[in-house]
Amino acid sequence: MPAPIRLRELIRTIRTARTQAEEREMIQKECAAIRSSFREEDNTYRCRNVAKLLYMHMLGYPAHFGQLECLKLIASQKFTDKRIGYLGAMLLLDERQDVHLLMTNCIKNDLNHSTQYVQGLALCTLGCMGSSEMCRDLAGEVEKLLKTSNSYLRKKAALCAVHVIRKVPELMEMFLPATKNLLNEKNHGVLHTSVVLLTEMCERSPDMLAHFRKNEKLVPQLVRILKNLIMSGYSPEHDVSGISDPFLQVRILRLLRILGRNDDDSSEAMNDILAQVATNTETSKNVGNAILYETVLTIMDIKSESGLRVLAINILGRFLLNNDKNIRYVALTSLLKTVQTDHNAVQRHRSTIVDCLKDLDVSIKRRAMELSFALVNGNNIRGMMKELLYFLDSCEPEFKADCASGIFLAAEKYAPSKRWHIDTIMRVLTTAGSYVRDDAVPNLIQLITNSVEMHAYTVQRLYKAILGDYSQQPLVQVAAWCIGEYGDLLVSGQCEEEEPIQVTEDEVLDILESVLISNMSTSVTRGYALTAIMKLSTRFTCTVNRIKKVVSIYGSSIDVELQQRAVEYNALFKKYDHMRSALLERMPVMEKVTTNGPTEIVQTNGETDPTPLETKPPPSGPQPTSQANDLLDLLGGNDITPVIPTAPTSKPASAGGELDLLGDINLTGAPAAAPAPASVPQISQPPFLLDGLSSQPLFNDIATGIPSITAYSKNGLKIEFTFERSNTNPSVTVITIQASNSTELDMTDFVFQAAVPKTFQLQLLSPSSSIVPAFNTGTITQVIKVLNPQKQQLRMRIKLTYNHKGSAMQDLAEVNNFPPQSWQ
Amino acid sequence: MIQAILVFNNHGKPRLVRFYQRFPEEIQQQIVRETFHLVLKRDDNICNFLEGGSLIGGSDYKLIYRHYATLYFVFCVDSSESELGILDLIQVFVETLDKCFENVCELDLIFHMDKVHYILQEVVMGGMVLETNMNEIVAQIEAQNRLEKSESGRQP
Repeated sequence: MPAPIRLRELIRTIRTARTQAEEREMIQKECAAIRSSFREEDNTYRCRNVAKLLYMHMLGYPAHFGQLECLKLIASQKFTDKRIGYLGAMLLLDERQDVHLLMTNCIKNDLNHSTQYVQGLALCTLGCMGSSEMCRDLAGEVEKLLKTSNSYLRKKAALCAVHVIRKVPELMEMFLPATKNLLNEKNHGVLHTSVVLLTEMCERSPDMLAHFRKNEKLVPQLVRILKNLIMSGYSPEHDVSGISDPFLQVRILRLLRILGRNDDDSSEAMNDILAQVATNTETSKNVGNAILYETVLTIMDIKSESGLRVLAINILGRFLLNNDKNIRYVALTSLLKTVQTDHNAVQRHRSTIVDCLKDLDVSIKRRAMELSFALVNGNNIRGMMKELLYFLDSCEPEFKADCASGIFLAAEKYAPSKRWHIDTIMRVLTTAGSYVRDDAVPNLIQLITNSVEMHAYTVQRLYKAILGDYSQQPLVQVAAWCIGEYGDLLVSGQCEEEEPIQVTEDEVLDILESVLISNMSTSVTRGYALTAIMKLSTRFTCTVNRIKKVVSIYGSSIDVELQQRAVEYNALFKKYDHMRSALLERMPVMEKVTTNGPTEIVQTNGETDPTPLETKPPPSGPQPTSQANDLLDLLGGNDITPVIPTAPTSKPASAGGELDLLGDINLTGAPAAAPAPASVPQISQPPFLLDGLSSQPLFNDIATGIPSITAYSKNGLKIEFTFERSNTNPSVTVITIQASNSTELDMTDFVFQAAVPKTFQLQLLSPSSSIVPAFNTGTITQVIKVLNPQKQQLRMRIKLTYNHKGSAMQDLAEVNNFPPQSWQ
Repeated sequence: MIQAILVFNNHGKPRLVRFYQRFPEEIQQQIVRETFHLVLKRDDNICNFLEGGSLIGGSDYKLIYRHYATLYFVFCVDSSESELGILDLIQVFVETLDKCFENVCELDLIFHMDKVHYILQEVVMGGMVLETNMNEIVAQIEAQNRLEKSESGRQP
């Protein structure tokens, strides 16, 4: 068999290939030759074969059949073989192959080899890919080499030790004694790697960190070394552009940072040297800047005195003005880290940061944007917003979503006036409307609803905005919602803030219909538009017929969501016309609840308090929230989801919890359901909508004949449940409760609460009143809707609270006697 | 820690590929390609730092690169390394290559891939910086080359 070709020739051959296929062919041929050569167990050519294999591996071809050959090379006596063998092991092998364990013995022998370069190879390989078992076995050898006087080996041993510690943290203790003398070395390579080792130990173990601070007096040692580096003058071996070993300086500064963090004594010990480095370092070359940068980070991270911190931030400020992009990037990154702690100092550089928004470099722009958002506060909001809006206009698409969200957040926190806030939102919607996140739409709607005096202005501006262009979905959604709500203000031409425009009802309907028809509108947007048109039927006077026509057309729409809405609205026109105006009333002011989640129990009957949950005054009855918590506790488990009863009046309830509950019951999957609070049940909540309004069976085909049950009867209070099931939605059971009182005194402040297991969802609608009259002269009716998608057996725990005969009464009961037809 | 060191030319052909963390082979190639595309898009007057691609591991990692004539030198590092320091390190590495190969050019890297690896091994070990003194590195490499030469007259 002819001698295998040399690596050089192989490379030359491959380079002549003109296509990928040709290259692949050559490589396959060569692989076959290599394989047969391996089979012949020829020692002479093994290393050149493995070299070729590594080359092919780099190009992306499989080379695993060479793994064992690498091991054979490692075991060879020749340095040449070992060199390529170890390289091959590092490139081709890893912990997951069992083969690598075979290396352990070879490495052990080589760690004790007479030639330092062989020892070096072994250390290098162990430090790159040693598994935990290997590290455990060989840690002792590494530790020995850490104490040798050979600086070449010592520095490699230090890094190898780092790897060992990473793999087997328990072995850290073992290296501690060897570290005592490491910093006394003159050789910079050893110093450098020793500092890395010490850094690793300090970062991993707080005990080590404490030990080094106190016992080893590490800080003074490091300060001494650093001082020597700065003051020692020109040293040709370590000089890089006039600075003595900048890499070592940077490493030491980093270790100082870790030592000084949260520790006053250490921080004090390094104040001087940090000030010295900060003021003396040459900044004309990159190396000087690297050191300064590291110094600044250290100053900011430790407990330095304030003068030093100001110095540091000023250095960063100077960096910002540097011509070098890298420096500017690095400065912005560090300012971002420090803006939380040293806010005022960073504010001083605000104008420079804002200028960076106009930089051409994408990375710099992103950093500048993040930093700008961090710097916005009540004082500079107007100016900053102008810049940010301008940035939003001109930035790359990948930024627009983040920028828009950031602007919304900032505007919400610091808006100087409602009008400004709405203007800003409008501006964002019109410039970056399609990049706005989906969750921004309900937030905006809530904001608009709550700024009562701005309704006319808002709707007018929104109308004008979509007149020209209705392709940006979030904008159209918000606009459609507002037009639906405030259309009457729009056509009546009342607007104080700006010149009112003349709009007729037909024009408004025109635009809404175009949105419905347009191909660019998503299903969600269409839903918004249809609902808006419906709402206008009570707000407009002359176009009701047109609205009826539109609604009936969509009754046969392919889109199920639209179809359902249209059918319901149709029903509203036909059968429930008397309720239409009540249903489509103006939205009340929404509560902003900061925490969400179905476990949040909100206000119960009778309270009209719009303040947030935490500051609610206790209602006249027992605390509803604590009650509900007790309910949770008593129910004793995670399998009960509590329920939010709604207020009986049309006053605003705390809608946050309601929002979430209804958000959970996302039967039709319409996100448009979310923003609608329900002090009066809203149109966008089919099929719950019409049901709750009367206790008559509402569904056209009802499952008749479900027996009613007495759920509770005690102390003269009797509660009966009657059931209805729907054929259109078989998972829903509607329970109507009737509470009656056979005693001779009324029961007042009656509150009914219910909880069901987690697989169910429950909604309580408003009770008819809160007084159960005596002598069975009347009843309280309340509707409960239960969603039971898994058709599990219905169970319920109820809690009753009321005042009777001058004392507060409270009772818990479990209802288990649900007839099977109510849930099967 | 340095996660990977990649050297490729202006057409994306890899000239040196060294990973310090284990990735399967296909992923390695994918990373090289992805990095090449990210780096190619960069103008020459933009800063040398890039947030890493999705393959190489998420938000903690940055790509720091330098462009020399026909070659890109890309170091993928995590937040424990100083960005400006790594830029200097790349410079040291390239200057060392220059000293070892005497006016290094792409062809040297192509035909002496193994030697380049050996030089790199003296600079970075296990993802950590080992030695930054150019003269030291060159001296050690030369000593090892002499050792090889003395063992056999032939080069592989």
